[in-house]
Amino acid sequence: MGLPMRGALLKTEAGRDFNMAETHSLQDMRQQAAIAAKVYVQRDYSTGTICQFQTKFPSELENRIDRQQFEETIRVLNTLYAEAEKLGGKSCLEGCLACVTAYTVFLCMETHYEKVLKKIARYIQEQNDKVYTPRGLLLTDPIERGLRVVEITVFEDRSS
Amino acid sequence: MHLGVADPMRDCEYSQISTRSSTPMESPHKKRSARRKWQAFPGRNKFYCNGRIMMARQTGVFYLTLVLIVVTSGLFFAFDCPFLASSLTPAIPVIGGVLFLFVLGTLLRTSFSDPGVLPRATPDEAADLERQIDMANGSSSGGYRPPPRTKEVIINGQTVKLKYCFTCKIFRPPRASHCSLCDNCVERFDHHCPWVGNCVGKRNYRFFYMFILSLSFLTVFIFAFVITHVILRSHRSGFLNALKDSPARYPFYTLGLSGFHTYLISSNQTTNEDIKGSWSSKRGKENYNPYSYGNIFTNCCAALCGPLPPSLLDRRGFIQTDAPQAAPPTNGITMYGSTQSQSHMCDQDQCIQSTKFVLQAAATPLLQSEPIAMVLGDAPLPARTSLNGPCALLPLGQPTPPTSTQNLSCEPDLLPHQEGPPHHHFLTPEEAPSPPGMLPCSAPLAHSHTLPFYNPASQDSLHEDSVRGLVKLSSV
Repeated sequence: MGLPMRGALLKTEAGRDFNMAETHSLQDMRQQAAIAAKVYVQRDYSTGTICQFQTKFPSELENRIDRQQFEETIRVLNTLYAEAEKLGGKSCLEGCLACVTAYTVFLCMETHYEKVLKKIARYIQEQNDKVYTPRGLLLTDPIERGLRVVEITVFEDRSS
Repeated sequence: MHLGVADPMRDCEYSQISTRSSTPMESPHKKRSARRKWQAFPGRNKFYCNGRIMMARQTGVFYLTLVLIVVTSGLFFAFDCPFLASSLTPAIPVIGGVLFLFVLGTLLRTSFSDPGVLPRATPDEAADLERQIDMANGSSSGGYRPPPRTKEVIINGQTVKLKYCFTCKIFRPPRASHCSLCDNCVERFDHHCPWVGNCVGKRNYRFFYMFILSLSFLTVFIFAFVITHVILRSHRSGFLNALKDSPARYPFYTLGLSGFHTYLISSNQTTNEDIKGSWSSKRGKENYNPYSYGNIFTNCCAALCGPLPPSLLDRRGFIQTDAPQAAPPTNGITMYGSTQSQSHMCDQDQCIQSTKFVLQAAATPLLQSEPIAMVLGDAPLPARTSLNGPCALLPLGQPTPPTSTQNLSCEPDLLPHQEGPPHHHFLTPEEAPSPPGMLPCSAPLAHSHTLPFYNPASQDSLHEDSVRGLVKLSSV
């Protein structure tokens, strides 16, 4: 059982590009390894509607990864999402400019949120490469799941 | 900005290439005819321009709005502006033109954009959630529809209940609601607006607000200058002759709506929350709005100038077929698959059916009293009467209707008009499926196309509740 290779760059609305490319090692792993389980980290709404994920360590990952490592990943993700949704001077200025130009400015400019989403995609890619793939795990970018969950695919452990 | 490996490919568009092409449509040779995700979107939306534009299913009223605005403004520019430009200042048509373009721009932006639809859960996610719920309940649900599921969270000291959406198979985030017309969960759901032909939610609320605000200014502007025109002409040729020369008179209704939404923005509430009185102090001394930033300025800033979140639907992305998952679907969750080609599946139809039954149960007293006129020609008048009676606003289980209804009630002292002012049928969104105590309401006023079923017998208690609600409201 394998998953189709997601080696394409998807051009989404408003010219947003997401990097879906995966490393060769990952493709190999996918072609060889079967999925043992999928773990979902749900959203944490205790601070409101902003995008934050729960830092509680899922029990299924007990023997796969360090608790600290995992919590660090989630914490950094939360910080990045908070930065995307931050109500600062810069975003307000962007909003005002957009209003004045009847929102046509977004045809040529990326929104602040989109810029941070790209940062997040890069971070997840990096984490996968360095931390998760060597342990037989795979983080899925939450934007692919509608920002509902962080999906962690656990591959069968065939390491010697 | 470097994207690493993918940088050189930034400007290109690629379809998914599968190592195993399970269906012909996914093969690389048919890259051009591979389906995009919008084509298999499970909600009841219409897409145009290959997924770039997204609207609700019923768009007739939207076209009417467009026509009304364009015709009214056109008449103004054709008949009043030449006179005003020559006798007063040419700045008048210029300002009018700018306002008109702004109104159109914001209207189109509101109507065409994704309001903040939450994509439905993947089968794996849904299965995982079901498992967690079953563990929490301590028993398996079996084949029968399980009781409504809720989760409580504490947000800034206030307890908020998150409801499980049976259609989308997710726990709705706070402030999200399921729109029964579009059959989607929408973030920060305000209301479904037939006049713009779309839901108003997190992503397009600011455009909607700018639309009604600029429309108010435009109508006041046009009205003021038409009056000026008439007065000026009447100095020259007599009042009656002046009236003959300049057609059309315009209403102030949009001003009232703008005022209402200004209030909502400054208190950081949605129309939905206001109607339900979610944060009303009448519910208890401890009840307050946990989302408000505390001061009006910050609330306004957040709503209008805050960062614009991107669409969570990858409408123009290509569908990729995943191989069968390790976890088989449970509880009869039909495979959305990644093909998602069967967009109308059994359980979804069931949901739609059950919601329709519930809607009719509530609608029956309304339907028997007066026809629902949606809008055609001089429809504004019948629409007004329908609002005066059982109103579009149904507070759920509230002892007194919310004060905001005052702003929305039809103002009888309006000048006679030919243009239909944007009424808003505030639809408290349907909570699918029908748990007791959830009142579907006001749907009849917008559901003119979907009226036919009459099966109140199946929803007796709901019917009773809804009748009670309607009686309370009509006593206002």
